[in-house]
Amino acid sequence: MNILKKIFSFFVSISLVLFFTLPIQSKVVGDTIVLGAAVSLTGKYSTNGEHTKNGYNMAVQRINDMGGVTVGGKSYKLDIIYYDDESDSGRAAQLAERLIKQDGVQFMLGPYSSGLTKAMAPVTEENQIPMVEANGASRSLFTKGYKYLFAVLSAANQYLEVAIDLAVEKNGGNPVNIAMAFEQDAFSQDVRIGVVEAAERTGSTIIIDDKLPKELNDMAATLAKVKATKPDVLVVSGHSKGALTAIRQIAEMKVDVPMLAMTHCDASKLAKQHGKNAEYALCAAQWHKTLSYSDSFFGDGQQFDKEFTDLYGYAPPYQAAESAAALLVYKAAFEQADSFDKEKVRDALAQTDMQTFYGNIKFSDAGQNIAKPMVLFQVRCEGDECANRVVAPTKWASHELVHPTPSWSTR
Amino acid sequence: MNQKAILYLALLAFGIAVPFMFPAYKLQISIMWILVVLSLTWDVQGGQMGYNTFGNIMFFGLGMYICSSFQIGIFFPLAEWTASGGEKTFIHTPTQFFQGFFIGIIFAGIIPALVAAIIGYGILGLRGHYFAICTLGLAIAAGELAGGIELVGAGQGMTSPPWPKNIGDTELRSEFFYYICFVLMISTFLFLRWAYTTRFGLVLNAIRDNEDKAEAMGINTMRYKISGWVVSAFFVGIAGGLMGNMIGYIEPVETAFAGRTFGVFMVVMAILGGKGTLWGPVIGAIAFHIFKEGFWTFFLGWQYVALGALIVIVVIFFPEGIMGWLREKYPDRFGEVIDEEDRKAQVELK
Amino acid sequence: MDFLIFQIPILMVQASIDGILLGILFALIAYGMALQWGVMNIINIAQGELVILGGYIAYFMYVIGIHPAFGIIVSPIIMYFVGWSLYKLVINRVVDRDLFISILATFGISILTQQLMNFAFGSDVVIAQSNFGTTMLFNYMVTIPNSKLFAAVVSIIFAILLVLYMRRSKLGRAIRATAQNPRAAKILGVDTEKVYAATFGINAALCGVAGSLIAITFTLHPYVGLPYTVRSFMIVIIAGLGNLPGVALSGMGLGVFEEFSDYIFGTEFRIAAVFLLLVFILVYRRFKLSRKREYLK
Repeated sequence: MNILKKIFSFFVSISLVLFFTLPIQSKVVGDTIVLGAAVSLTGKYSTNGEHTKNGYNMAVQRINDMGGVTVGGKSYKLDIIYYDDESDSGRAAQLAERLIKQDGVQFMLGPYSSGLTKAMAPVTEENQIPMVEANGASRSLFTKGYKYLFAVLSAANQYLEVAIDLAVEKNGGNPVNIAMAFEQDAFSQDVRIGVVEAAERTGSTIIIDDKLPKELNDMAATLAKVKATKPDVLVVSGHSKGALTAIRQIAEMKVDVPMLAMTHCDASKLAKQHGKNAEYALCAAQWHKTLSYSDSFFGDGQQFDKEFTDLYGYAPPYQAAESAAALLVYKAAFEQADSFDKEKVRDALAQTDMQTFYGNIKFSDAGQNIAKPMVLFQVRCEGDECANRVVAPTKWASHELVHPTPSWSTR
Repeated sequence: MNQKAILYLALLAFGIAVPFMFPAYKLQISIMWILVVLSLTWDVQGGQMGYNTFGNIMFFGLGMYICSSFQIGIFFPLAEWTASGGEKTFIHTPTQFFQGFFIGIIFAGIIPALVAAIIGYGILGLRGHYFAICTLGLAIAAGELAGGIELVGAGQGMTSPPWPKNIGDTELRSEFFYYICFVLMISTFLFLRWAYTTRFGLVLNAIRDNEDKAEAMGINTMRYKISGWVVSAFFVGIAGGLMGNMIGYIEPVETAFAGRTFGVFMVVMAILGGKGTLWGPVIGAIAFHIFKEGFWTFFLGWQYVALGALIVIVVIFFPEGIMGWLREKYPDRFGEVIDEEDRKAQVELK
Repeated sequence: MDFLIFQIPILMVQASIDGILLGILFALIAYGMALQWGVMNIINIAQGELVILGGYIAYFMYVIGIHPAFGIIVSPIIMYFVGWSLYKLVINRVVDRDLFISILATFGISILTQQLMNFAFGSDVVIAQSNFGTTMLFNYMVTIPNSKLFAAVVSIIFAILLVLYMRRSKLGRAIRATAQNPRAAKILGVDTEKVYAATFGINAALCGVAGSLIAITFTLHPYVGLPYTVRSFMIVIIAGLGNLPGVALSGMGLGVFEEFSDYIFGTEFRIAAVFLLLVFILVYRRFKLSRKREYLK
């Protein structure tokens, strides 16, 4: 029976290992406030996870450099514990539990993508841990009655509503025919709800409603249908892959639609990767550097853009900007609450009403940022240089919307 | 009381005491028990029967969806719960929650078992790698299908019912799930331990060693293959239902039909521990989980490189796993007697 | 269910053409798989990752300013050595073992490669522009991207070249001999180790060609390999080993099936349809075989 003894000693050694790594209650260690975050460093969201992490890190560094967070007359530094959620929602939920239970984190930052935020929110909610998230736009996050979840970004259903309204407006106020293709994931399906609602509101008809599987890299069938049915608007959303595939195949198949509206144009570097083929595509975004917001940490969007580029070597997509804004919100809430009690911090978060370089932030009862509109870009080219230009809302528009899109034979 | 009984009792006591000894690790260890269940049941096919399946994860996801659907569907309209955008929020009362949970868990076992019985005749007739790839295809197709069905939230995923608010705190919740997972693990282990001592276990091994001969000896191998799969599906389905409740959010291809994570882990764990043995999968799962949770956070980003390398190394250099290695090293402790003279003679022959 | 395709019949033409062009590309990958399966008795789950890796080579040529179409020449050369070293490192240890071991080992390689590609190239979706333009048919109703046509033509050329090479060259003869009976080949003085390494290298080179074609027709990112593996596996099963026309035909059939199921079942079930078809074919094959077995009894 010695082998069983072996097994037994194995168990004993496990317990010892577990025992010696028992958690330290580390919400505030010395003069450091520890925040917890699980971001995607591997897997399909790893690039966007990286943007999120860089946004967080830059804001932490900036806040610490500028005197840290003052609570109770004492100045504290911020620090973040990172885990890699592997772009997997099951893993994200486990890590949320781990951060809270094992690492004793009392304040959480969100992961990248709606799906992962949806997986983490039940855990933080159950443990009553405040979470300020910057990358989970799905509306279902805000209808579950979560009390500890705060999102600095506008909900996903707002992404492309504006585009439908614009199309109707350009159509002389008459209803339009809409063709849409959305990836099967939490975020894109929410964008879809927004479009469906906008269609109902304006009396428009949806003639094609395709759902793209996650592994898809060929949209030829959808586009052939679009070509045959000639809608007024084509709406596509499927993270970076969807945007790139759509533009490639639209250009190759010479699909003429008066308006093409999509998401994830700047994350996929559409203007750079596709150049002229992407011209006139409309894109929804949470932020653009030319918007006229400012704060005392990063100045305005242009300045953030410049400093981020100096630090990380690439221009910040809006994912980085909103992540940085999440930290600013936390800092303000800590100082407002003047305590590290998570209930007090939660209440302070709920009362947030501030302006950051990223936009105004004010949370609804559901924790959704209601003070900031979405912006709409259009990809525009001058010579061979293509870039995203803001076309709506009119307050910030640097360029006039080109509508309808010129047909392929004239481009 | 012999030594063996003492050991089992000690392990049992350890399992029961865990929530009090390591309160922070309850979920972590619950997941470990789930992994033990997955690897034990994989071993029924992969180890004992020689049918290497990639498809057991299908029952996991099925159990997860069924459990949560029952939990919700008994009391509320399921379609409204999962409606995209989730406009309405329903709250389970404690009674509803527990009733729903137990009914859900029972069906999470039964329905996957039925599915296994129905498709078993077609699928288990395949041999070798055809079987492996076919089950891989089934598992992926199941995930894609679930991602297209509106009733269960399609690609949006669905949330499982939250723990009722007015009874106890979150500690109670994790203790509750911990003990259910522990009981599931123990019952799976004991059931298989018993089953392997019966004719069933012998037939499974006969199928692995030479299926045609077993058939020629008049054994209806198909019947045994199917019942083996049904047993696996039953326990895996329950494990899935539990996992769905513990995680709280069901995503078709990431948490439910999670071929990339649990689907691979169960194979790796069983082989790591030593397939075809009773204790191998258990040891493999525990070692793997500790390795994973202990070291992956230090790799930050390199975990999958490590996992890939681990698979290659284990498969090439230790195809017999930890148990096989122990057996090689201490054959006498496994009740094997080696005739030194004979061994020397054989070495010389080579 | 959606019947738009029956209301607008021209879509059927479009779907068939798209499907056939897609299928030829799949068939090229499947041919590599059939080759290594037949010769070495190995199922390579990392096939798709080799394809993607080949695609990245073309992509990098595009980034440094060379037309990505030249990837079809550079990529196979590099990939041959990748395949060769992969054989020397890992595959040679699994050749004579159980098939499942090769499945698992290559599965490990596939996870590892995905992650390494993620580190090297990022998880961004990338594309290489070929600027080949488009061919229009039937009064602009049917469009064929020239890049897809190019991909199909190149695939066919490479397949023919490979067949000729197998028939004519000394190595080709050695490979065929080893496939028939490795033991006998060894006795007759064929260095099977070298043959295996070359086979795996040729397979990787084919994947390299296919990858660079995918870079100019579809999109690349580190995690899209598996669907290509599964499709090529399916094609090989339907066609059987060592049956090149069969591989080409079943590849095209699969492509057309995919396009039509996209129209009919809805895009969301397209991938599911492919995998269910695989299951269906395997099970059908099992019943057919078991019937044959009963005759023998």
